[in-house]
Amino acid sequence: MQIKESSEVYDVIIVGSGAGGGMATKQLADAGLNVAVVEAGPFFDPKNPEQMTQLKWPYESPRRGAAKTRAFGEWDMAYGGWEIAGEPYTHTEGTKFDWFRSHMLGGRTNHWGRISLRFGPKDFKHKDVDGHGDNWPISYEDVKPYYDKVDKLIGVFGTNEGLPNDPDGFFLPPPKPRLHELFYINGAKKSGIPVIPARMSMLTKKINNERGICFYCGQCSRSCFVYADFSAGSCLIFPAQKSGGRVKIFVNSVVREITTNEEGKATGVSYISKDDRKEYKLKAKVVVLAASACSSARILLNSKSKQHPNGLGNSSDHVGKYLHDSTGASRSGFIPGLMNRKTSYNEDGVGGMHVYSPWWGDNSKLDFPRGYHIEISGGMGMPNYGFGYDPNEFNKFFGLKVGGYGDRLRDDVKKYYGSVIHLGGRGEGIARKDNYCEIDPTMVDQFGIPVLKFNYQWSEFEIKQAKHMQETFEELLHNMGGEPLGEKPEKDSNYGLLNPGGVIHEVGTTRMGDDPKTSVTNKYQQLHDVDNVFIVDAGPFVSQADKNCTWTILALSWRASDYIIEQLKQQNI
Amino acid sequence: MDRRKSLQTIILGAGAGATGLVFTGCKKDDRTTVEENIASSAEKFFGRTPEELKLIEELNAEQLFNVHEMETIAILSTVILPPKEPHGGPIEAEVPEFIEFIAKDFPEMQNTLLGGLMWLDHKSNALFGVEFKSASIDQQKQLLDTIAFHDIEIPLEKQPLEIQFFHLMRGLTVTGYYTSKVGIADLGYKGNMPNVWDGVPEDVLEQHGVAYDPEWIAKCVDQSKRDITAEWDEFGNLLT
Repeated sequence: MQIKESSEVYDVIIVGSGAGGGMATKQLADAGLNVAVVEAGPFFDPKNPEQMTQLKWPYESPRRGAAKTRAFGEWDMAYGGWEIAGEPYTHTEGTKFDWFRSHMLGGRTNHWGRISLRFGPKDFKHKDVDGHGDNWPISYEDVKPYYDKVDKLIGVFGTNEGLPNDPDGFFLPPPKPRLHELFYINGAKKSGIPVIPARMSMLTKKINNERGICFYCGQCSRSCFVYADFSAGSCLIFPAQKSGGRVKIFVNSVVREITTNEEGKATGVSYISKDDRKEYKLKAKVVVLAASACSSARILLNSKSKQHPNGLGNSSDHVGKYLHDSTGASRSGFIPGLMNRKTSYNEDGVGGMHVYSPWWGDNSKLDFPRGYHIEISGGMGMPNYGFGYDPNEFNKFFGLKVGGYGDRLRDDVKKYYGSVIHLGGRGEGIARKDNYCEIDPTMVDQFGIPVLKFNYQWSEFEIKQAKHMQETFEELLHNMGGEPLGEKPEKDSNYGLLNPGGVIHEVGTTRMGDDPKTSVTNKYQQLHDVDNVFIVDAGPFVSQADKNCTWTILALSWRASDYIIEQLKQQNI
Repeated sequence: MDRRKSLQTIILGAGAGATGLVFTGCKKDDRTTVEENIASSAEKFFGRTPEELKLIEELNAEQLFNVHEMETIAILSTVILPPKEPHGGPIEAEVPEFIEFIAKDFPEMQNTLLGGLMWLDHKSNALFGVEFKSASIDQQKQLLDTIAFHDIEIPLEKQPLEIQFFHLMRGLTVTGYYTSKVGIADLGYKGNMPNVWDGVPEDVLEQHGVAYDPEWIAKCVDQSKRDITAEWDEFGNLLT
């Protein structure tokens, strides 16, 4: 059957609608360009009552919130997960990578933690500091104006602290700490570990008439129906449409490849519609990939042609290379000082933490080269499946019997409610060429598209960093008068280091650089090989910092969009 | 009689410590079950995708526990967590229905639950000559005392099945209760509704021996100005 081809030629096709795609949609549509957004999943609007999970009670579901169909519990707003039926991925034997995908308008921004950290000056030039990895071809000064604009457009709370590698910004005021966070602040003080207000993209204050203000339900992972948190649909794509932009959204459309002409320039994309399982083609002057670091690499590698036999933009053989995720390890602790809490008040707060610890260490005196930040959670949250499952397991710390039945279980549940703190470390691993994804020629997904094969191993650097995390967490929990829970993760488990991919901060597969032999895009995220293809997800990252990647994706996508607009104006592309 | 009412009747009997209760079967044709209610309202009320909705409907169409087993689960759950005024107990929290659903949802639980229920009746018959559900509350407790305290030094999966069974039943009962409307009221959880967070109340700070640092609080949101649009100077200082 013939592939159905639309006659309309868009100015820009954007593949993917998460942070990078959303920002490009907003900027390019605002500039008057005719934009097609191609999204693999369904339409999603957090205020659609049929899709909304915010403010639902556990008893509204027969499984009470259990994580059967959604990896982070059934209220979490990600359609997809670590495994998606009919869309497999494979591994080189002996290596690991967990790949989290969310196929829906807005992608993973609908459920993410909203921790919105700028990279610092050192993060763009870290090779100069310690000799590891590579420098970015751009510096903090290049990105700063865009970080500033992202802060103001989207809104992020935090405080200006004047820290050298955790830059100040244009912050909304942060919420006050919760009770367990005061315990954390006191505990960290004893170890000389800094704690500052969290930096998160929820609106604690009005920024415009389109977005609501946070009403403190703590459920940002469900995506906010008054648009008080940052999700790409509600904060970028819908506003672009409302302000009159030409934005056509193709949902349930899985991009197979970028199509090219005789000169090797991109002409558009071909995609499979999930609705009728037929292949379609869309045409455009410019193609912007924003499908996520690994999915965009996959599309490039699958876009083979006479002119691009090794895949599009892959003359350097660097597409898929330098894949890296943040490191992650965690520990929980029981804090007796938080027992017997009054439930007289609502402490849901914003979704996630009100305080955190940016990296404080001096790596020149440590046996690993890069740092991590500490995320804190706890408190009197809403019960969901699993709540009270071991109602009195902490009795063991008091030499009391564990188990039993009867009225005492009610007392135990209340006695221990809100007395656990979780500490999570999120750090930087070194980007390495031999950690990569490639096409597995032996397997296709249910749409006939060749799938990714991952090859990723942590090095001693990341493992030693995780060891440092575990030692720090124990010290902090003890400082809080607490008891670490479970066995301390030791060497056999890499000190609790999550599998690569587990933190869902994968970056680096199409890294930027000045040398076309060792990088995929230039510093404006334009393919070295094809000047009308750009990548605005985290693929072009040269290195992940000890931060989260989203705020930098947004800033760089805006920067690349400005460049695209300029280049179109000058008729260079 | 609908299933929930029948379970409530059972519990009224159990609460009185009665033995030898006679249970009536449930007619399926003249009522709407809890499961049907959930399924029919699911699309409107809790944000399921069509695929998720289909899974729930499929699970609801299956039956895992027979009437006797459901009655035993009901009795056992109320011994584990006896009803208490004003927030009721496992029956008001629909714990038996929840256990039926979750065991269909997570089939790895089924053997432990089905086998454990059989063990319970076998043991009760051997000791007292009656099935567990018909034993007196004292007999029930006597039996449960042998399995209700596990050895915390040994991994649970290495302990006898009946110990694992009780641990699972207690876990599901307590989690089922505290994720219900009545259980959340019993717990006293005040959230899941729009509000304006302005810090921990003074009496709570005092109780736990902590205090706010005035310097920190000075940086925090002034909730009386939350509706005023943010403006900054060129250095990032908030002006409004």
